[in-house]
Amino acid sequence: MSSILQSPTTAAGRFGPYGGRYVPETLMVPLFELERVYELAKSDATFQAQFEALLKNFAGRPTPLQFASRLTEKLGGPRIYLKREDLLHTGAHKINNAIGQALLAVKMGKPRIIAETGAGQHGVASATVAAHFGLECVVYMGTEDMARQALNVARMRMLGTQVVGVDSGSRTLKDAINEAMRDWVTNVRTTHYLLGSVLGAHPYPTMVRDFQSVIGREAREQILVAEKRLPTHLIACVGGGSNAIGLFHNFMRDSDVKMIGIEAGGRGGQLGEHAARLAAAQGFTGARPGVLQGTYTYVLQNEDGQIATTHSISAGLDYPAIGPEHAWLADQHRAEYSAVSDQAALDAARLLSRTEGIIPALESAHAIAGLVERIPKMSKDGLVILSLSGRGDKDMDTYSRLL
Amino acid sequence: MSVVAANSTRISKRFAELRASGELGIVAYITAGDPSLDATLRFVLALASGGADVIELGVPFSDPLADGPTIQRASERALKSGTTLAGVIDVVRRVRQLKSGFVSNELRPLNEVPIVLFSYYNPILQMGLEKFASAAAGAGADGVLATDMTPEESEDYRDVLAAHHLDTIFLGAPTSTDERLAKIAACSSGFLYLISRTGVTGAKDALPDDLPALLRRARKATQLPIAVGFGISLPGHVSVLGGLADAAVIGSALVSEIENAKSVDAAAAALGDRIRALKDAARHGLSRREGAP
Repeated sequence: MSSILQSPTTAAGRFGPYGGRYVPETLMVPLFELERVYELAKSDATFQAQFEALLKNFAGRPTPLQFASRLTEKLGGPRIYLKREDLLHTGAHKINNAIGQALLAVKMGKPRIIAETGAGQHGVASATVAAHFGLECVVYMGTEDMARQALNVARMRMLGTQVVGVDSGSRTLKDAINEAMRDWVTNVRTTHYLLGSVLGAHPYPTMVRDFQSVIGREAREQILVAEKRLPTHLIACVGGGSNAIGLFHNFMRDSDVKMIGIEAGGRGGQLGEHAARLAAAQGFTGARPGVLQGTYTYVLQNEDGQIATTHSISAGLDYPAIGPEHAWLADQHRAEYSAVSDQAALDAARLLSRTEGIIPALESAHAIAGLVERIPKMSKDGLVILSLSGRGDKDMDTYSRLL
Repeated sequence: MSVVAANSTRISKRFAELRASGELGIVAYITAGDPSLDATLRFVLALASGGADVIELGVPFSDPLADGPTIQRASERALKSGTTLAGVIDVVRRVRQLKSGFVSNELRPLNEVPIVLFSYYNPILQMGLEKFASAAAGAGADGVLATDMTPEESEDYRDVLAAHHLDTIFLGAPTSTDERLAKIAACSSGFLYLISRTGVTGAKDALPDDLPALLRRARKATQLPIAVGFGISLPGHVSVLGGLADAAVIGSALVSEIENAKSVDAAAAALGDRIRALKDAARHGLSRREGAP
């Protein structure tokens, strides 16, 4: 069996020109320390055994790769498999990374973790591992997101986590990250920042990818058993991009496997109305390479370099930058990115609910909508793996208003 | 001992004068464009006539993750008033073009006060390094500090700024190792900005207990002048720093004066008073050094 944590190491955390480390000096030594501890953990059999055991016994891995027969029939295109990350403990793929980083926090002797959250899934995952390991936990969340993901706020509090509402900027994920970084820079000696996506300064984009790469490693084995061949397409939603990179990573060298990331198209192409960073070809404006929150990547911004506000019905995708590895994969044409609208995501959520009996998270519904829009261009001989990154319980308020 | 380099800027000249007189310098930070760029021009003059040795003009950014609430609010006000990096550079140009009076009792012309542009990196990057450096130097700025620019990422940045004779000021922090402090200093010119505490910007009552030890470590790492910032607001802080640091940076306390003032005139007067009180503490208080190093 392959190592859980294998990954090519990137020099200074660069993916082509993207990535790097752009943070206040106070955080540099802690980032080096995290990198060092993480590099040691990669070759530490005890750490890997602990990580694997927790993924299996606490999170519920492996997750099924389910053939979506009625969805396949309904769409009339390629055979569709769903990677069921929604069945994990806490309801989304976020728990994979949270477990890995919590183990590192314990290894570093940090008694306190902090996290940002958009949809609340990473916040719940962080609160969960904090409770499991007996760590103190504070989660920063935009007040706009607290209102639209109230169930997850209650879950975090039930788990003993302090949820701090962030009222600055657009009161969403970006502002929660700013506030988490302010906490970290203040309490850095006792605190590990459990960043939830493939964002931020090195080593986070690489480390979070490695913790999430279990998704693609399982999916690859499972599809080879079920279909005796590799998929033709991988498809996943992309906010920061952790579930997508987790699915893509182990197929990177299979050049015949097309990788597709679906961004949030929100209400339209005008800056401020969407969160599509790599879909300029579809008329989504305002993205250019820039530096935000520690990393160099595509960022939605105005001409003066001020970061734009974004809109998505999905709190988890409502963010102006994208993981630096995705920026590189897009430049290299190794992966393609496109955006779907709020409405398309809602329609897709209803479609999956009624064909497969699975209510998806709004984030994952974007991936389904992206697949639906591509079906006419796809061969019936194709074979799709779609990352169903999270379940829809947290979104029932939004869904029920539309019924 | 003089540390004036061959290509000495206004900044290194000023620090050399301070060292010669054994006096602690005062570096004054305000967010440019709060509440307007015209007001900023007034404030620069008020700070200079109060005796500020270096002025840092903060370039407002939408996501100031190293700043506490006071400077966050100032950034929001400045962005609301339409402030851009180009506009801030233009304020520097306007300062340099003024027909100026002099700092009281001294022969320092107000319009020659050293000015540092203090920014997050993205606005600089979006303007383009070369265009930015050329515009900033052309306007008469003396140095640049980019909060989230690290020595590791800074090669191009330093090359371009140095080519335009702009000082590159980097931050040292309590978490920086001795080795890193040396690396940071090697990338810096003009002065080293030492962060007094782990945390964001903002006024605090007391200086951290481990600050003298941090300053000693920084001194070992560099001959550059050292300015200490984050949490410094009171004459008492300045008194303590005399003999330890070359300068104290006052930021949030000044920004609060602007926020709380009823008018631009009142804010300008308050800023001048603040700086005079701090300079008094630096000149006549407990701070006076027993001879320059």
